[in-house]
Amino acid sequence: MRKNVLVLISLIIVLILAQLSKSLDPYFYQILLFFGINTILAVSLNLINGFTGQFSIGHAGFMAAGGYLSAALSVYQGEKIINYLAFLPKDFAQGLVFFVFVLIGGIFAGLLGILIGIPTLRLKGDYLAIATLGFGEIIRVIIYNMEIVGGPRGFPGIPKYTDITWVAFWSFICILVVYRLIHSSHGRVIISIREDETASEAMGVNTTFYKVFSFSVGAFFAGIAGGLFAHYLMMLHPSSFTFMRSVEILLMIVLGGLGSITGSVFGAFVLTVLPEALRGFAHLRLIIYSLALIIMMLVKPLGLMGNKEVSLYRLIKKFAKDRE
Amino acid sequence: MIDIIQQLINGISLGSIYALIALGYTMVYGILRLINFAHGDIFMVGAFIGFFALGSWGLPFVPGLFVAMLGSAILGMIVERFAYRPLRTAPRISLLITAIGVSFLLENLMVLLVGASPRSFPQSISLEIYEMGGLILTNRQIIILSIAIGLMIVLQLIVMKTKIGKAMRAVSQDREMAQMLGINIDRVIAFTFALGSALAAAGGVLVGLYFNKIEPYMGVMPGLKAFVAAVLGGIGIIPGAMLGGFILGVAEVLVSAFISSTVRDAVAFVILIVILLVRPSGILGKHMREKV
Amino acid sequence: MDVLKVKNLSCAFGGLMAVSDLSFEVNKNEILGIIGPNGAGKTTVFNLITGFYLPLKGDIIFKGKNIVGLKPYQITRLGIARTFQNPRLFKKLTVLENVMIATHINYDASLLDSLLLTKRYLLEESKQREKAEELLDFFGLYRRKDEIAENLPYGEQRKLEIARALATGPELLLLDEPAAGMNLSESLELVNLISLIREKFDLTILLIEHHMEVVMNICERIIVLDFGMKIAEGTPEEVKNNPRVIEAYLGKEVKGVIH
Repeated sequence: MRKNVLVLISLIIVLILAQLSKSLDPYFYQILLFFGINTILAVSLNLINGFTGQFSIGHAGFMAAGGYLSAALSVYQGEKIINYLAFLPKDFAQGLVFFVFVLIGGIFAGLLGILIGIPTLRLKGDYLAIATLGFGEIIRVIIYNMEIVGGPRGFPGIPKYTDITWVAFWSFICILVVYRLIHSSHGRVIISIREDETASEAMGVNTTFYKVFSFSVGAFFAGIAGGLFAHYLMMLHPSSFTFMRSVEILLMIVLGGLGSITGSVFGAFVLTVLPEALRGFAHLRLIIYSLALIIMMLVKPLGLMGNKEVSLYRLIKKFAKDRE
Repeated sequence: MIDIIQQLINGISLGSIYALIALGYTMVYGILRLINFAHGDIFMVGAFIGFFALGSWGLPFVPGLFVAMLGSAILGMIVERFAYRPLRTAPRISLLITAIGVSFLLENLMVLLVGASPRSFPQSISLEIYEMGGLILTNRQIIILSIAIGLMIVLQLIVMKTKIGKAMRAVSQDREMAQMLGINIDRVIAFTFALGSALAAAGGVLVGLYFNKIEPYMGVMPGLKAFVAAVLGGIGIIPGAMLGGFILGVAEVLVSAFISSTVRDAVAFVILIVILLVRPSGILGKHMREKV
Repeated sequence: MDVLKVKNLSCAFGGLMAVSDLSFEVNKNEILGIIGPNGAGKTTVFNLITGFYLPLKGDIIFKGKNIVGLKPYQITRLGIARTFQNPRLFKKLTVLENVMIATHINYDASLLDSLLLTKRYLLEESKQREKAEELLDFFGLYRRKDEIAENLPYGEQRKLEIARALATGPELLLLDEPAAGMNLSESLELVNLISLIREKFDLTILLIEHHMEVVMNICERIIVLDFGMKIAEGTPEEVKNNPRVIEAYLGKEVKGVIH
């Protein structure tokens, strides 16, 4: 109970900080916002790849699914529903509608995750990777062929509802959900699948259920990230969700460490800031990315943090000990 | 009816190119159990070497093709030596991530070198069109098909008849045992990459000839599709890769002709998912039971 | 009364019969040994019983219910636990975590409980931990509970695997060569441990073993497999003197060469 109060307090602090950061220089503000979205993508992919040990490289597909659905809801139904809610203060009604739309996008991506997960998660390792990649591409081709969301021309006119506070809120929820999940008995079981699926099954674990479950939770948050992304850019295009995008998310978690939440946050940070730092050498950016990926695997295949977490508490304890 | 036969001809030409690329995938997978994501990009590099050899250096078609194959073979061996060999005992996932990294590296290096915009491929063989009873056949289609089939026959001879071919088969059966029998594993693996890359380069040059257009990202889709072809035929099985390539080529052309050209890129992935679910070992593959 | 009844069980790998027409029963609270030369199909029998392989034909009846076709996790949930020939611990996890994964079978807090840290979640977590620690204590592994499993000495890894199997709360325990890689004193200790867990947990045990001193010491009955077929069944004494068994182990005398 006390822990929940603490969580609530920290959420409030995070939201206040987010609110304050609105006075930042717009450039930094935007970087911070993308950092938040990338955090959601990385942490959720890490649940699938790092903790469950399933190798998905189709995360961008789920992001697209959630993003496009919530955007379509906003474009075609938003006004109408906000008008229904005229008895509420305008800002509040707008926020509520936005929350629900993003949530619906996430749930849709999560359901898609179940649908895709049931057949593909029977496959192992690299086959699974290719199948998820295939599904990611299929989702994109479907969007490409949907006139109602603009098809190949892109989908403009999405209202700008996303701000840093919303991003902070959803990142917080994503980290909290993944953290608590991983630290419960369910999470131990999920990790046991990564360690040895056969042994896990022999221990009475319904491995299919847990694999599909974590896959769909991962997909859910990718869908949320897509919704936030759509309502910030105000325009979606199928080319934002290519295989390249999935690889970028993969790079975040590989860099930070498969199986480390703090590592994912760190990886998301690096891959948000690095392109900005390399702005002058835009053409070199992708070369550096790919070299980083290769060198990472050759030198430190478990990522910078392995599966360890950085904890403030432990750091303070260590610091205090050193001082003595 | 004429229409369908026409599309079949087009599909077989396209399929023979997929088959050439798929062969490299299947051989590397057979030996290293690695999906060499960079393979599609080796194909792209092959096309560019062909572009320079035929265009800037003005070589005739066959020597130009040969130069492209040689250049890509060397590139393939370099990639294997520096990116994959150090990871040979690492988890397969690390290897896969590295392969993705190499793939992106090759693409972006190429963008850096020649720019991202498409270039038109030197037309070193002038187009001739034959018409027979409503069917259209070009000399390029004939050249593509005969080069592809010729190379496949050569490959089959190398794998079945030569000493190194036997060593390749031994390594793909049981690497440790092959090593104990005195086979130089490193050499066999390097040779496999060289062979696969050379075939991919040939595919690249033929694509240039067929579609007239090349660019640094041209390898991504054909690479993935060729992988699908390899899985479809039964990964690790050389005739399977050829079969898979032809089937995929035909399926794609038929779908884009009779359903819609925009869903054409999804065909391969739908086939992939169906085959993985129904018969993961592929058309020619044997069912393997996982050992507990 | 039989706990497990195997009837006319057959299983083939690519035309080769790994198990053919095998029938036997395991009675409540007995320790039944399965022995046989390498490749006789012993582990295949385990994989069939625990649902990892599907038999070609035949029935496997556990407590009156045919379990053929059930998934491995469902079979574990019905009360059959197993160890593996080569220990398959969750190597990178701690000793305690290894056991707590197996106790998940009786975990009664939902995902929502763990997200909201409800009272039930806390209760279930501590219940699980207690049960796991109790088991580790019984196996003398308590002091090692926070160590990474792969860092344990081999003998203790074997013990941990048994502890983990017991954490699923089985009635029937399948042990696949528990004494493999152990020296004589270690395997005698294991013999004691196995009899002890049978008493304490009211178990029926099916055991594959190569170490004859283990088999002869604790098994009430033994079945002998060769080429997937049962060639003998009986008390250790009977089996030891059965000519077919001796032949299977030592091979046929080649007439005319030795004489």
